[in-house]
Order: sequence, then structure tokens, then C-alpha cells
Amino acid sequence: MYGGAVAVDHISFEVGSREIIGLLGPNGAGKTTTINMILGVLEPSAGSILIEGVDLAVHRSRALNCTNFAAVYAPLPGNLTVEQNLRIFGMLYGAANVSQRIETLLRQFTLLNFRHTKCGLLSSGEETRVCLAKALLNRPRLLLLDEPTASLDPAIAADIRKMILEFAAEGTGGVLWTSHNMYEVQEVCDRVLFLSHGKILLEGDPKTLPREHGKSTLEELFIAVAREPLALEKL
Amino acid sequence: MTAKRIFAIALRQFYLFRGSPARLLPLFAWVAIDIVLWGFITKYLNAVTRTGLNFVPLLLGAVLLWDFMTRVMQGVTTAFFEDVWTRNFLNLFSTPLTLAEYITGLVLTGVLTSTFGLVAMILLAALAFGLSFLIYGVMLAPFLLILFVWGVALGVMASGVVLRFGPAAEWFIWPIPALLSPFAGVFYPLSTLPAWMRVISRMLPASYVFEGMRAVIARQAVSAAMLACGACLAIVYLIAASWTFTSIYRYALRTGLIARYSAESVS
Repeated sequence: MYGGAVAVDHISFEVGSREIIGLLGPNGAGKTTTINMILGVLEPSAGSILIEGVDLAVHRSRALNCTNFAAVYAPLPGNLTVEQNLRIFGMLYGAANVSQRIETLLRQFTLLNFRHTKCGLLSSGEETRVCLAKALLNRPRLLLLDEPTASLDPAIAADIRKMILEFAAEGTGGVLWTSHNMYEVQEVCDRVLFLSHGKILLEGDPKTLPREHGKSTLEELFIAVAREPLALEKL
Repeated sequence: MTAKRIFAIALRQFYLFRGSPARLLPLFAWVAIDIVLWGFITKYLNAVTRTGLNFVPLLLGAVLLWDFMTRVMQGVTTAFFEDVWTRNFLNLFSTPLTLAEYITGLVLTGVLTSTFGLVAMILLAALAFGLSFLIYGVMLAPFLLILFVWGVALGVMASGVVLRFGPAAEWFIWPIPALLSPFAGVFYPLSTLPAWMRVISRMLPASYVFEGMRAVIARQAVSAAMLACGACLAIVYLIAASWTFTSIYRYALRTGLIARYSAESVS
């Protein structure tokens, strides 16, 4: 709850290993609030969050050790270089062999040429790649991505999607992903949750869910959720 | 607490200082200006007064000790402000970092930056104006310790205020040492002050330090009870500041302030 307003109401879901879950919904539906609660920066007024079976409210540090995140609205400090930021967050997340891990990620995200560049000087595509590299420093069991491809050109967005698919395929963790790009969601996500007014309205496979609700595309279904959530609730 | 995470907070400051002369210079420049200004004032006072009183350890020493306390406070707050300026709270507090580790990291930063400032001040005051810290004898250790603990307490409290009221509240923080110095009796005995100001002075740990410093210079005994009172007060301030910061942090978690931190989000 924010003040008297209910931002998220009785939502319950699980993210399995290797699974990519799409958290969808119109602006203000409660997606970022949900992610903030899982990240431990917003305390739920009721309910519990378990990460790898660890209760976030009771063992905050241990639970957060298993997570990491990247979001377009949370860039890394622009006054530090790519390598400095990765080292500091690697230490904060207790990543094993930080130096070696940084090298691997710099190579994986084609950031080797930017290691000594201050993050504030990077283009949005480069900045997103750095945020994703930071998000994978500790090989998280739960990776949270809040619109990771927003404001990226299609080619870079495709590269980012490929990297995240590779992460999920490795089998070290699951991914909770929010996006407004339904093409991307359909391509990447194994399952989607449609949020509306803080509640989960629909849940299912993004490839079959539109047909189940009489819509031809996921985008059409999204628009219906945004405009007529009550009609869908009755189905 | 994990030493690695505490070290990471201090390392961030080290990287910033290493990469930015604009951050490094103020560590020495302001204290140097203060020492030079007060050094010449004390020399002038020594020349024009016939009291036999040596103003160098009395005034220049006081400036140096007060600047040390100010640097400790600003070392803590500036490290915290770096996270405000870069809007880093969401990144930082979604890591396993605990609040105690974060505050300890800020204090470690304050220790390092204030030590640099102190060494620069001591060297300049000694070389340019002949101020020897040996004049304070062993009492220098409790003087510095009390001022250090109080500086940390003020820094943590000030950081809490900015966390609660937003980045714009930063402008309340910078003048705090200047507002406190008349009450702390940095340059004059507390007996100079009117009664109502002395009541406030008794609540400030620094006032006991500066009274003690003047007693040492006057070759009088420094009251152990007085110093103990200053030390206890500094510890009380530190506990109160830590409690306040923790309460504000918990409030910020409950209300989502950490996630949406900006001047506009504060009410």
C-alpha cells in the first residue's frame, strides 16, 4: 500500500529455474511495485516473499544474495567506470572471484573496450549492457528485469534478449521480466502474468493465451487488459 | 557484518577521489585556507597584545581541532551524498548490504578523508606557524576521539535528514558546523557566553574539549570528569543518530521512498 492506495493486492506466483516469466500490464498496474518488493526496497504491508526458500523479511541479506536486477530507471553511478562499478557491486553481492567474473562478463557483453569508460558517458545500449553485466555478477537464482530493452534499437534489443535467453538456458536461475513490447514477450517468455489494478488478471503461455481469450495477438490482449479488465475478469 | 561489503562502500569513495581532482582538492584546500588565515591572525594578536598569552596554540589549535570535527562530519555526509547525487539507493539497497555495513562504510570513508585533512593541517600549522601538538600532551588523544565520535554522529544524523526530506535538504547540512561553533566555545571560554547559550553549550561534546584545551594551555589540570562528560555525550549522540537513521531507513522501506528517491517524492 502507498498511503491509503492499494498498489498490489493478493498476488502470488513462483518463478522456477530456467523459467522466464513476463510480468505484463498497463502503466500503474503494479509491475514495478512488485519488483521493488522482491528487491527488498519496498516492504509489503502483508504477505511474504521467499527467494530460494529464504524469507526476505527475516533474512534480508541471505535472500538478496540470490537475486539481482537491471532496470532502465536504475543506471549505475555515472561517475564511476564500467569496471569500477562492476567491482563494487561484485563485492556487495559477494560474487566469487570478482576479477575473473568481471572479465567474463565484459567479454560476454562486448564491453572490453569500455572497461575504463565512465558509465555516464555510455550510450543507452552500452549502459543497458553494463546493467545486465552487473545483474549477472553473482549468477543470481532470480533475475529481475524491468523493461531492460526500453529505449534500445531493435538490433541491440535482439542481442540483449539473446543474452537473457542464454542465461536462462544455463539453468542457474529464473527470470522475472517486465516489458511493453509484446513481440519480445512472446519470443522470450515461457509464461506471462497480466497485472491490472494490482491483481493478477490472467496467467498462461504467451503463445496460446490470446486465443484463449478471443484475441489474435498478445498486443490485442494487452490492450483489452488495459481498457476492459472487468470484461476479462468475468471470462 | 561483512568486511568485503563495508570495504566496497569505502572503495567507491577511493575511486571517486582518484578520478576527480575536484573532490581531492577540498580535502586540503579549505583546511589550508583556515590554517593560513588563523595563523596570521594569531601572529598579529601575539604582536599587538602584551598579555604574554600565546595565541598560536589557543586559536590556531582550536581552528585545527574544529576543522577536524567538521571534516569527519563532512566525510560521512559527502559519501552519503554521492549516492543521493547519483540516485544510487535502488541499486545499493537491493544488494545484500545491511544498513550497519553501509553506515560503517560511510564512517570508514570519513575516517580516511578526515585523516588526510588532519595530517595536512598539522603539517601546515607546524611548518608555517610553529604550532606543535606536543603542547597538548596526552590530552590530544581524548580531544580528537571525542570530536571524532561527535563528527560521526552529526554526519549520520545529517544523512538521515537528507534521506527523509530529500536531496534539497542537503543545504541544511553544510552550515551545521558554523551554527554550532558559537555554542561550542571554540575560540573563547564558555564563561564569555550568556546563560542561555551556556545551557546549549553543556549539551555539546565539543565544548568540553575546548574548555579542556584552554586548561592545558593555561597549564591547569584538565578535569577528568569534564572529559568523561564530553565523551559520554558524544556516545549518546552517536547512538541517537544511528537510531534516527535506522528509523528513517525503515520508514523509507515502508513507504517506497528508497525506490522513488527524489526531491519531488518527499512529503
